[in-house]
Order: sequence, then structure tokens, then C-alpha cells
Amino acid sequence: MTASRLTLRHPSVIPGFGLTLGLTLTWLSLIVLLPLSALFIKTSEISFARFLTIVTSERTLHALQISFGLSLAAAAVNVVFGAIVVWVLVRYDFPLKRVVDALIDIPFALPTAVAGIALTALYAENGWIGSLLAPLGIQVSFTPLGILVALIFIGLPFVVRTVQPVLADLDAELEEAAASLGAVRSQTIWRVIVPSVWPALLTGFALAFARAVGEYGSVIFIAGNLPGISEIAPLLIVIRLEEFRYADATAIAVVMLLASFALLLVINRLQRWSELRGGKAS
Amino acid sequence: MSIDVVGVTKRFKSFTALDNVSLEIRSGELVALLGPSGSGKTTLLRIIAGLDWPDAGAVRFDGEDALDRSVRERNVGFVFQHYALFRHMSVFENVAFGLRVRRGADKLPEAAIRAKVNELLSLVQIDWLAERYPAQLSGGQRQRVALARALAISPRVLLLDEPFGALDAKVRKELRRWLRHLHEELPVTSVLVTHDQEEALELADRVVVMGRGKIEQVGTPADVYDDPATAFVHDFIGETIAFPGLARSGSLYLGDRALGLDAQGLGDGPARILARPHDVEIADPAASPFAGRVLAVRTFGPNRRADVEIANDGGPLVIEAAVPRDQSLDVGTKVGLKPHRYKVFAA
Repeated sequence: MTASRLTLRHPSVIPGFGLTLGLTLTWLSLIVLLPLSALFIKTSEISFARFLTIVTSERTLHALQISFGLSLAAAAVNVVFGAIVVWVLVRYDFPLKRVVDALIDIPFALPTAVAGIALTALYAENGWIGSLLAPLGIQVSFTPLGILVALIFIGLPFVVRTVQPVLADLDAELEEAAASLGAVRSQTIWRVIVPSVWPALLTGFALAFARAVGEYGSVIFIAGNLPGISEIAPLLIVIRLEEFRYADATAIAVVMLLASFALLLVINRLQRWSELRGGKAS
Repeated sequence: MSIDVVGVTKRFKSFTALDNVSLEIRSGELVALLGPSGSGKTTLLRIIAGLDWPDAGAVRFDGEDALDRSVRERNVGFVFQHYALFRHMSVFENVAFGLRVRRGADKLPEAAIRAKVNELLSLVQIDWLAERYPAQLSGGQRQRVALARALAISPRVLLLDEPFGALDAKVRKELRRWLRHLHEELPVTSVLVTHDQEEALELADRVVVMGRGKIEQVGTPADVYDDPATAFVHDFIGETIAFPGLARSGSLYLGDRALGLDAQGLGDGPARILARPHDVEIADPAASPFAGRVLAVRTFGPNRRADVEIANDGGPLVIEAAVPRDQSLDVGTKVGLKPHRYKVFAA
């Protein structure tokens, strides 16, 4: 009886299901799962009690808090200002628009160490911006604020590039319809435009967040790296590696991995839910 | 509400979309703006709505200047060609939008909004779809949502841009009758843009025929069909047979031969003699103004058409004439064409 056979495969006119699924799984295993499982295997060398001691130590907890807290904050800032950048790029024509558009991608391409050094120089007490902020009592370089600046810098293009095509596709008629129904500009923005690009904003947020959590190069230059103050989790991992405490390093990495995965999963569900509400899938 | 459009001109860069257009729409009327694409009909509708502003001219609602009011303040219901429904809102919320955005003293309590939206949904006969999202609706259902949404603000002017353009023929016919019925039930002045003459002639109290940024004719459906004011209107609405001719002191000639037709006051010069196919009789060649040889005869449904080649100064001309079903006609025979009703325009 073939009908009762347990099968993943549904009858379909699109050929190659078996082949492509096989390739996908093999590829994912090689590229993603295998290195990750090595992480877990290495971590399992230490006892669970030791694992708990490592990940609940004050230094580790603080580093994780800095990494996740500032990454979420940076992603949130990027969503707000990225959305404004997208609005300007999509809606208005101005001289050198192409150049501005190309500038957005620079954080993608620039070696992160270069970005870190440039930002440090700018925001240091004697730097262009730092010297203006110093009299106000605001110190950016070598503080968590500096980390935030670096994370915002590297995350911006992720928000802009995910939201841009969606807003460009948004029909201007929607805004005209809202206005003809009596909506003022702010109501049109909050009730019509923002909900329409909301799934894209969430995706941009998730990408910017994921990038920021894993960021290392730019942050270590501007952060000052004081344990318990401005030390990020990826740096702590590198420090442990340099001390040949490999299991300690992988233990922190496992926590980061699980936390990131959980957060991304939540964002993903949220996004799917808002898309469903938008009636994209039916 | 009556709408007066006075001397409106609108240019997009070098293209003149509307050229000194004036139009009076009476309160409670259903007027169709009919014309080919690029004739300026949608631009005129958008200017009445307040979505575009004219370069010159005035628009008045009940005698009051409407141009210094934005679309938000004009209280017009606008139905967009592609509906422009809010995808992220249910049908109910789409219709409620116009009520929810009210502020201050106009703000309605939730119960009043629900009552009004439910009333509108039953009016457009889709109350059972209230919780669906636009993506889950058919074209005809979306059209009804768009209309209910526009009606929610109790507009005294309803503007519809190609409302049935994206629907299939059967749904289109059904919705057309329903819209006419709806217009009669509501205290509203409606303006409809369409390129479909059947739609305009069937629905509207008056039809405004537009071509190249100008109004060619304004009249009842019967007027524009039976008594076209210009050659453009004659060509655009219904089927037209065009005969060549030459006007000379009140009579029409083909070459040197008098046609025995009236020039209808046209000054001397080349003329086009336009007639509806059913007004042109196939008759004895000797007793008809035009005569020629039958090249082909085609039958489709109730219609029969014959290609008749007639002599003309600039070479032979093929004319498609209507043939009554009971009249037999063989290819190659010589026949006469005798227009009973016709209009003469300068060529």
C-alpha cells in the first residue's frame, strides 16, 4: 500500500525534490552544522557544573549582556534611522542620489578593523567629534557608547537594503487613498506605510542584530575592552583562546549561539505572523 | 453637490494633458468621462479629487472654490483603478479607516464605527467577508471593498477611476448594474472614468467624450451615439463607416460626380461622410451615391459584413458594410451603398 507509506514527498509538478533537498542538507551540514557541532563537542569536554561556573561568572555575564544589549539597541537605532534613509532614497530625487545610495554599502565592504580605527579616531577625546562631545561630558571612545556607535555603523546597510525594495514597491496610490479618506500625514505614515513595510523592517532588524552580535573587528578598537565595562563576548572568547582555555571559549560561544538562535527564531515568527496578517500567504 | 470645472489646463512637462477644459456636473448626476488612453480623463478626475492641481483654471463644489482645499478636506470618495486597499488590514478595518482617522469633535465612538461599517458592508453585499484580508478576495470583491471604503466618509462626490477595468467581462456587467442602482440610492454625485464606451453609455446620465486633452462632446448616451458632434466622437463611439467626398456649395461630390447627399453646412473642401453600419443600405448601384465590387463576405453571430471596394481619387477604398442576414450577396457582384443617416465633417 503506497498510500499509507510515510513520505516527505507530496505529488508535485516541480521535479528534483529529492536531489535538491539532499544537496541542501549536505551543504548545510558541511558549512553550518558541522562546525557548530564541533563547538558543542568541545564544550562537552568540561562538566556541566564547570560549564555553569564559566557562563555565570560575572565577567562572562557582563560580556554577554554588553553584546546582546548593545546589539539589540544598535539594531533598533538602525531600524529608525535606516527607515528614514530609505524614505529619502526612495521618495525624493536630489543631486548625487546615486552616490549617497552607494555610500550605504560601504560598511559592507570596509574591513571592520579600518572602520573601528576610523571611528575611534573620530570619537576620541581629541578627535573631530569627540572633542565636541567632551565639553558636554560625553565620552564615546573606550566606553559602551563607543561599541554602540560601531555596531550602528556596521548594521545600517542591512536595514536599508532590506527595506528599500519593499518601500519602492509600495504603491503611491495607498497614500492617496489614505489622504482621500481624511487621514493626515502622520496617520498615513503610522497606519498605512509603517505596517506595510513592517515585515521588511523586522528582517532588517534581525540581520542588523545578527551582524552586531558577531561583530569583532570594529568594536575592539573603539571599546577599550575593560572587563566588566566595555568587553564584548566575542572578545572574551578570543581572550580565552589565547589563554589556551578552549573549553571555556566554546562554552561562551555555545551560550551566544543558543541565545542568538532563540532571538532570531522569535523575530522570524513575528515576521511570519505579520506577513500572514498582511495576507501575503493564504 | 454640483461640480464646476472652469478653463482647467494641466501640463506634464511638454505634454498637455488638459487644454482649457470646462465642464458642469449637476448635483446627483452620474457622469462618465470617456476617451482613449492619454485623453486626459484620469487627470481631470484627479484634479476634481484634489490629487493633482491644475496649472490654470478653477474647480468649484456647489459654487465654492475647491482648489484651496486638499483632498483630505474635500470629502470626496475616490475609488482607485487598482483599488489601493490596505493589505495589512481586514476588510472591516479597510472600510473603517476613514472613520478611525477622524479627530477631535468628529471622532466616533467604537460602537458607531462598527454600526456604520456593518451597514456599508451589507450595502455592498460583502458583510460575510468582514474578517478576510484583501489578498484573500476576488477582483469583484475587492472592488466592492474599495467602494464601501470610499463611501464610509459619507462623500457627496464619488469619483471612480476605471472601476471595472481589471475585472472579467461577466463580473463587469453585473457590477455595472449594481453601481447604477447604488448611485440612485445614495445622495451622491458620481464621476466615472472609463475607456469602455459600452460601460459609459449603459451607466451614465451624461457622457463626456474626451480626446487629446479636450472635451469633444457632452451629452446623453443617445446624443453622443446618434448625433456625434465631431468626427472624433463618431469614430470613437460605436462602429463607423467612412466615405470620402468633396463639399462644393452645399453639395457633396466624389470626383466630378454629384453624390446627391447634403453637405450639412460644411464649407467647400474635402469631407468625410460618416455613418453607422446599420444606416447604410446595400442598394442598386445605379441609384446609390457609392458603388463598388464585393471583395469578401463574413458572417459572425448575428452580424454579416461585406468588404466593398469603391473608386476614389486617391485609389480604390475598401469599406466594410453591414449586410442584412436575409440579403444574399455574392463575392464579385457590383453593389451600391446608400447612407440613410450620416454626418459630414471636414476631412
